[in-house]
Amino acid sequence: MSDVLTPVLTDIWDAEQSWKLATYAARGGYDALDVAFAMSPDDVITAVKDSGLRGRGGAGFPTGMKWSFIPQDNPKPKYLVVNADESEPGTCKDIPLMMGNPHVLVEGVILSSYAIRANKAFIYIRGEVVHVIRRVQAAVAEAYAAGHLGTGLNGKGIHDSGYNLDIVVHAGAGAYICGEETALLEGLEGRRGQPRLRPPFPAVAGLYASPTVINNVESIASVPAIVKNGAAWFGSMGTEKSKGHGIFSLSGHVQKPGQYEAPLGITLRELLDLAGGVREGHQLKFWTPGGSSTPLLTAEHLDVPLDFEGVGAAGSMLGTRALQIFDETVCVVRAVLRWTEFYKHESCGKCTPCREGTWWLVQALTRLENGQGSEADLDQLLDQCDNILGRSFCALGDGATSPVSSSVQHFREEYLAHLAHGGCPFDPARSTAWSGTEVSA
Amino acid sequence: MSTPPLEDKTIAELREIAARYPEPRSGLLPMLHLVQSAQGRITPEGIEACAAILEISAAEVNGVATFYTMYKRHGVGDFHVGVCTNTLCAVMGGDAIFERLKDHLEIGNDEVAVQRQGDSRTVSLEHIECNAACDYAPVVMVNWEFMDNQTPDSAVQMVEALRAGHEVRSTRGPRLCTWREAERVLAGFPDGRVDEGPSAGPASLAGLEIARQRGWTAPEPGATPAVEAKESDA
Repeated sequence: MSDVLTPVLTDIWDAEQSWKLATYAARGGYDALDVAFAMSPDDVITAVKDSGLRGRGGAGFPTGMKWSFIPQDNPKPKYLVVNADESEPGTCKDIPLMMGNPHVLVEGVILSSYAIRANKAFIYIRGEVVHVIRRVQAAVAEAYAAGHLGTGLNGKGIHDSGYNLDIVVHAGAGAYICGEETALLEGLEGRRGQPRLRPPFPAVAGLYASPTVINNVESIASVPAIVKNGAAWFGSMGTEKSKGHGIFSLSGHVQKPGQYEAPLGITLRELLDLAGGVREGHQLKFWTPGGSSTPLLTAEHLDVPLDFEGVGAAGSMLGTRALQIFDETVCVVRAVLRWTEFYKHESCGKCTPCREGTWWLVQALTRLENGQGSEADLDQLLDQCDNILGRSFCALGDGATSPVSSSVQHFREEYLAHLAHGGCPFDPARSTAWSGTEVSA
Repeated sequence: MSTPPLEDKTIAELREIAARYPEPRSGLLPMLHLVQSAQGRITPEGIEACAAILEISAAEVNGVATFYTMYKRHGVGDFHVGVCTNTLCAVMGGDAIFERLKDHLEIGNDEVAVQRQGDSRTVSLEHIECNAACDYAPVVMVNWEFMDNQTPDSAVQMVEALRAGHEVRSTRGPRLCTWREAERVLAGFPDGRVDEGPSAGPASLAGLEIARQRGWTAPEPGATPAVEAKESDA
């Protein structure tokens, strides 16, 4: 039984200049390279498969299996692309990870690229985080200088292994849709970030139509410890089908919002205990388990194990472990309207259900928030969701319906109260971070 | 705002960006960041220059430049202030901050405030989507650096300090540089500020501090073999 919190990726964050190679190396950083180079690439894939690591970007696809889909008989170059386009509302784990521990990502990129036999890797970071980009740029530069990248110090490959790798740090330019892996590839090819039809999947025809693995930052950053400590070590944390450690991000109306790295399967009740509970004098009303695209949950779900299976069984998704906590001062209709405006803004326009559907959702929700219309509009809202979910080109449209349909499911009465009240019955000033101080003043 | 012409040095740097990639067109996003750094916005001249280097049409470059929200057709201030108004930050006070700044600066969304007599710098204002700092809500970004845990008052003080030309630091990062200087970093040309600012802000360390207090750690690696020795390992 592992401890309640298990800092692995976050363990170095409180060190002085934790982003420097010297700090990282003093703690055994880059030691995993020699372990891996003593193994065949296939054995590295097997180790990651055996660990049970599943994608930390939200979907939870087994990482080692994804790597094994790369057709090694394809003569084209193979590519690794790190999805560092963290933009899902509520999600805030990869950004502090790259700020505080960029070298674990670089080491993970080297190991993962070696496993899939890529000699070129890309880290696609959203553009809106300049200091994070500085830290990753510098970490890559330090790794080159130390012989962990390029052709190594002696021109005989990294650590004289005969294996070469180049990394390009690439800044995006503001587009939530580029978190979708094929839209990200479009952006990386210098095009508008619109998703591609699949199949072919990126493993077969990805970047430049070559075999490509796209993984989330935290997934790749988890690889060095797996290679160094073994699959069984990783699997000793977490639950049967959701193994290992993950960063849980608590935000909103909690006493101590922040990052909590724990084995998968921890519950919100346990996390809230650590975080000092919901803000003083208030109660939990609703929360997202993994960003705004995962259906809302309520206080009745406090004991749901936060792993892929547990949250799925509760009718939502683990997603990115972005736990946004809202107390009873928050109007759920306002919250959902705002998320829906986001999806409408970020819809890439490629497919009609999402482009038009998110626009209609905003119209309907705006009327409801203003207390206009009738109960029949609620059914129409759900109808609109039906016409988007499963009919959109990519997961953005599907995700847009999650807060809408789940909020109607859990808070139908609150929508009706807007109609009865002729407007929003909530005072937004009561939800602000400073509301307590103003009331008592 | 006058637009400086593209210098030969910038054209050379645009070529340098394209050369980082197996296929030059992959450089287009960072190249457009460099155009903004050099000229303060996406200009027709910058579009033509990218198109010529990449051997694609200006219309194709235009199509990309209009898709991504960080590319600006009109100028922004020396300091571009982005207030997160996605749900969580909005609820925590982002809406109030945005309203207050619009009122204070007497501008609407995506506009540049008038440079008053005595202002040494300009600011512009935009509401932005989730910027991955929700544990520091409500969040304001200035030139894409974090200004965590803001209030309407702190935001007003900050923009006034910026307009007056005072040095302002990110709450979780370096001294703020201008928008055009930040765009140059995004184009892949580091500015030497990487070692400023902390490893992590207070909220980032919330869980780690509890783990340290209670002696919680990840399992000891020794309990399991370093690497699963497979029979295939010769």
